[in-house]
Amino acid sequence: MRIGVFVCHCGSNIGGTVDVPGVAQVARAYPDVVFSSDTMYACSEPGQAAIVDAIREHALDGVVVASCTPRMHEPTFRRTVERAGLNRYMFEMANIREHVSWIGKDREANSNKAAELVRMAVEKLRLNAPLYPKSFDVTKRVLVIGGGVAGIQAALDCADGGIEVVLVERESTIGGKMAKLDKTFPTVDCSSCILGPKMVDVSQHPNIRLYAHAEVEKIGGYVGNFKVDVRRKATYVDWELCTGCGLCMEKCPSKKSPDAFNEHVGVTTSINIPFPQAIPKKAIIDPTSCRQFVKGKCGVCAKVCPTGAIRYDMEDQVVTEEVGAIITATGYDLFDYTRYAEYGGGRYPDVITSLQYERLLSASGPTGGHVKRPSDGKEPKTVVFIQCVGSRDRSVDRPYCSGFCCMYTAKQAVLTKDHIPDSRSYVFYMDIRANGKMYEEFTRRAMEEYGVQYVRGRVSMIVPQGDKYLVRGVDTLLGEQVEVPADLVVLAVGAESSHGAPQLAEKLRISYDNYGFFMESHCKLRPVETNTAGVYLAGACQGPKDIPSSVGQGSAAAAKVLGLFSRGRLESDPQISQVDVRRCVGCGKCITTCPYGAIEWMELRGEMKARVIETVCQGCGICTVTCPQGAIQLQHFTDNQILAEVNALCLS
Amino acid sequence: MDVTNLESVRDDDFIHAVMEESGQDLTHCYQCGNCTAGCPCGFAYDIQVSQIMRNLQAGRKDKVLNSRSIWLCLSCSSCTTRCPNNIDVARVMDVLRHIARREGRVAERGVTTFWDAFLASVRKHGRVYELGVVANYVARTGRVWTDIDLLPRIAPKGKLSPMPHGIQGRDEIARIFQRYEEERTR
Repeated sequence: MRIGVFVCHCGSNIGGTVDVPGVAQVARAYPDVVFSSDTMYACSEPGQAAIVDAIREHALDGVVVASCTPRMHEPTFRRTVERAGLNRYMFEMANIREHVSWIGKDREANSNKAAELVRMAVEKLRLNAPLYPKSFDVTKRVLVIGGGVAGIQAALDCADGGIEVVLVERESTIGGKMAKLDKTFPTVDCSSCILGPKMVDVSQHPNIRLYAHAEVEKIGGYVGNFKVDVRRKATYVDWELCTGCGLCMEKCPSKKSPDAFNEHVGVTTSINIPFPQAIPKKAIIDPTSCRQFVKGKCGVCAKVCPTGAIRYDMEDQVVTEEVGAIITATGYDLFDYTRYAEYGGGRYPDVITSLQYERLLSASGPTGGHVKRPSDGKEPKTVVFIQCVGSRDRSVDRPYCSGFCCMYTAKQAVLTKDHIPDSRSYVFYMDIRANGKMYEEFTRRAMEEYGVQYVRGRVSMIVPQGDKYLVRGVDTLLGEQVEVPADLVVLAVGAESSHGAPQLAEKLRISYDNYGFFMESHCKLRPVETNTAGVYLAGACQGPKDIPSSVGQGSAAAAKVLGLFSRGRLESDPQISQVDVRRCVGCGKCITTCPYGAIEWMELRGEMKARVIETVCQGCGICTVTCPQGAIQLQHFTDNQILAEVNALCLS
Repeated sequence: MDVTNLESVRDDDFIHAVMEESGQDLTHCYQCGNCTAGCPCGFAYDIQVSQIMRNLQAGRKDKVLNSRSIWLCLSCSSCTTRCPNNIDVARVMDVLRHIARREGRVAERGVTTFWDAFLASVRKHGRVYELGVVANYVARTGRVWTDIDLLPRIAPKGKLSPMPHGIQGRDEIARIFQRYEEERTR
């Protein structure tokens, strides 16, 4: 074998603490190495050209590049060697940047370690064999999980691109958090007026199949061929028949059901359509409060329903959908402010969350758009907004900035003045983060045109005083303790990951951060991809995001899916397991241990043997460590290849 | 207003000394003001506690150690409880008092005199002897009339016993003081 070794300086990234030419020099003495050199940037165009030239000039049949992490540039260099006529698996990478130069300052130790990593790569490469991918068909349908604005945008863009979309929404209507908002910053345009038409488009688009009040239960398969079980939770109303007329809501005698859509400001009927623009506009029964379920008798809705749609005996239903790609757009939830005792811990009725206030401002909300405080229905004259409730606070494990609270607080303060002209608003803030187009101008308008009083400081306690609440805090710019007697206190609660997000991530086999937000493949260059092929992210499930960014990501994820599907067939990764039938004893341990169900029985001359289904195997390697005979081997990571690396390190 | 030269007022050794002794990372403070917002003594401070933290970040040793605030602090730990960055602010205030005392600069003599009188009483009697503390404090400060208005309310409740109450284990208490002295002089 004729191996070429290229050791990269990566500018001063590696060259600063590793003797790069020295490592290249040492590598020339390794077995089968016929050429080695150092290169300033191996990934640059001249760097790659030098590799191609060397392969041709020295008739190389294997290449080692010692540079950065293979996560970024392994595909780059595989394409390079392919251009020179080699099989792309006749290439190995030694990571001497993340594993050497970036973590140590001792030049001699670094250089030795780099040389040893190169030796390991060379020894493995000597046992490499050309591998060839197989191609397979793609199911050109996409699953979108979550029907908030990001999911809606992704679904519409995919559907407009001509592919079938399965949209799964946990609640009984799509719209997500945006549907609960009254107005949106910085233009103060009506939220449901701009979202409503998009929601209608979803319901009318011939390419979109919507499962509302449903959850993803199980996900199997792989990019191009996922199999998804969707649990359609019982609504106790036949949605084929329900016309959304609302007669059942009018007549329902059980009027104390928790009103989740209105953020529990007030109550609603047990049979319910959450809001006038709901999509689908279908009724749903809450069995925890419905008299028919709780007491076993009532049946009023069944009697009044003009289409006879009520089904008290309805059960959950699981449907299976086949899709080629998945977009996750599960959004976010709000921080539980009752953890802060200084704000009353949930004991004061007129200390409410920003989203509750949004419902009070909304014309379709429980107060018909008239701001009335929950305790006595009075119109508040002095409103205090407290920012960063559950954001930028390590003591409650929420060190991150939620990003949009500064802006929605400014918007709500502006709207307060619009609704109640003789009111005054105070905003307690730490920093104003208004880094979007027209955002800074908007917060200035709140102060200059609407007279919102911004107080730079925190609130230490809220004390009920008569029918008011004394808000005690500090104005750090004055350097004084201050207090405001308020009628209403609105807490700008921060964003946290959607409940159930980590569990969904496990099903999708994608990673998530400490706070339950899904991890993108690269925070700058691959923001909507995950490290699982065929699974994409959109919106706040990846981190707190405002509406413009969520919509942008929804479209970006759709573009990725359309790009994926533009290819007729996909290539499978040949780094998968293979069974040596002569050594297989048919114990079946690999079949039980495979997490993907990628191994099946086959009969060979009357004996049972294991066989790998090539398109299903993900190359995780669990079977290879389970097999007592060493009969099942992961291509490109065989026992012999790994032992060669170990020996190179330990025996040399 | 004088212009403060940030380079010349900055005392890095002081910053490190406070961080070391308190075990608190002063860089974690992002000046939200929560400590000041809840401070029950803020009305009497010359420099608010969040400003003490800011001055510490700027390394302004004289400004901080000469302040009255560090002596008026009640050590109630509201600041510590409220800090979103888990800084034990009360501990930092404590350390500032230690350093100020070691360097012989105490902006509120009355406070340290009272504490000394209190501790001297505990050392001697094993617990505090109230009338003795008062006598000691008044003798050293000459502030005869301080809190005299409280006398009619506490005297009938027997809060000011004419004689000290002895306790069991007085020697052990005294030994704590002795051990402290030994450690300090070592």
